[in-house]
Amino acid sequence: MNDMSIMESTRAVQDDVKVAIKNLYFYYGGAKPSLKNINLSLSTNQVTAFIGPSGCGKSTLLRVLNRMYDLYPNQRAEGEVLLDGENILTPKQDLNLLRARIGMVFQKPTPFPMTIYENIAFGIRLYEKLPKSELNGRVEKALRDAALWNEVKDKLNASGLSLSGGQQQRLCIARTVAIKPEVILFDEPCSALDPISTAKVEELIDELSDKYTIAIVTHNMQQAARVSDMTAFMYLGELIEFDETTKMFTSPAQQRTQDYITGRFG
Amino acid sequence: MNPLYARRRRTSTVAMALCVAATAFGLAWLVLILATLFWNGLAGFSLDVFTQMTPPPNTSDGGLLNAIVGSLILTVLGIGVGAPIGLLAGTFMAEYGRYSKLTSLIRFINDILLSAPSIIIGLFVYGAIVVPMGGFSGLAGAIALAVIALPVVVRTTEDMLLLVPIQLREAAAALGMPRSHVIKRITWQAARTGLITGLLLAVARISGETAPLLFTALSNQFWSVDLLKTMANLPVTINNFINNPDPNWKRLAWSGALIITMAVLALNILARSLSAGRQSK
Repeated sequence: MNDMSIMESTRAVQDDVKVAIKNLYFYYGGAKPSLKNINLSLSTNQVTAFIGPSGCGKSTLLRVLNRMYDLYPNQRAEGEVLLDGENILTPKQDLNLLRARIGMVFQKPTPFPMTIYENIAFGIRLYEKLPKSELNGRVEKALRDAALWNEVKDKLNASGLSLSGGQQQRLCIARTVAIKPEVILFDEPCSALDPISTAKVEELIDELSDKYTIAIVTHNMQQAARVSDMTAFMYLGELIEFDETTKMFTSPAQQRTQDYITGRFG
Repeated sequence: MNPLYARRRRTSTVAMALCVAATAFGLAWLVLILATLFWNGLAGFSLDVFTQMTPPPNTSDGGLLNAIVGSLILTVLGIGVGAPIGLLAGTFMAEYGRYSKLTSLIRFINDILLSAPSIIIGLFVYGAIVVPMGGFSGLAGAIALAVIALPVVVRTTEDMLLLVPIQLREAAAALGMPRSHVIKRITWQAARTGLITGLLLAVARISGETAPLLFTALSNQFWSVDLLKTMANLPVTINNFINNPDPNWKRLAWSGALIITMAVLALNILARSLSAGRQSK
């Protein structure tokens, strides 16, 4: 193997990185960091799962990635988060443009108080001015992508709040994909859903990973094992272990990971 | 029966009896007031009340048309000025300045304004507007009413917006929506019935105010819709007529009181049913 091909292969690996988190610390206001020196990368079109006991910082980490914490005073992050090589933690980063590129789906379904159609069209209109017919097409596509179209196509003008919990969550996913983000963050997206809805959402995440880079926080280790390519185990604000999901769930390097996954604590 | 348990049951019965008695006592006054109002108000009630002007003394006809129209104008103007300012201020407090010290200060001052005697507000507007403008006017009356409506709207707006779950704002922000957009399309929308309820309650509050109008709009025996002149209105007309021995004036005062009470009652019921509809959703 000559030098050239080594360089190329290194670059190939680097190109794969969508989001690189470097030396990240996060503070909720006090002097004690809630995230300590986190270093890891989300690879393009892969699903990365974050697991760990409550309060370990996995949701906090997710909320750093789209700077959701910026809504609140006193919360601050130190270190770097590189999206395609650009640090998004700088003050000059436009938050709305960032959030258009990094979408987020929350634990509790949060349909907006408007019709199903408007829930989706609303987000699209923020960024694009489309003729009605094209907008209709985009709404339909988003709903199809979220596996919701067949259930709602006859009642697009019904309130988004009239849907069931599982449907509402898929509406939120549709709303997120409608504005064509590059990364989607899922913050325990199934914890308020029944097993059937959970299965649908998981299937959906699997399909979405063809087009999007995905990070998912979950309390459910089977879920992490089912949907993710990579898994990160966090504990007390630190990243304990980060590896391929198959390896993490069969032969983790760290004792603490092993203990958590086998249910010995947490 | 276990004596300890028996004693608790007796205590419970006594406590409940006291509560029922207190409720009945409170309601009794309301029923008495309404009964008196209906009795006296309906006695001299006729269509003329809505079609004729307030009469001079020692006559037997006349109505309250100028006072009713004047009250409508003053109330609409008062809410038209007070509501937008109140809505925006309440929105600032709940959305932009939620965590700032300034908001706590505004809330404190607003609560003082909310409980300030309305006659003080009348005197303030008298000093600030009536004196410099050189006379009583409908405009001054409308401003006094706006000052009374303002803290009501500020308070209900802030309260209603604080009820909107923070997750909804986060979800909207997560789509990259600018703050102003989130407020206009999401939080106001989610709190809409509550905000409307607040406005209706403010209307109900100012439509019966007498004291602030005594020093501002005064009253007018005749038809006038000129905002720069004194303007007839129901509360002050009632106040003037009921203090006069003329029986025709007394009759009209009762009719006016009935009209205001019914209007306020209707507004309150409307506001209640709106917020009930919101809860059942």
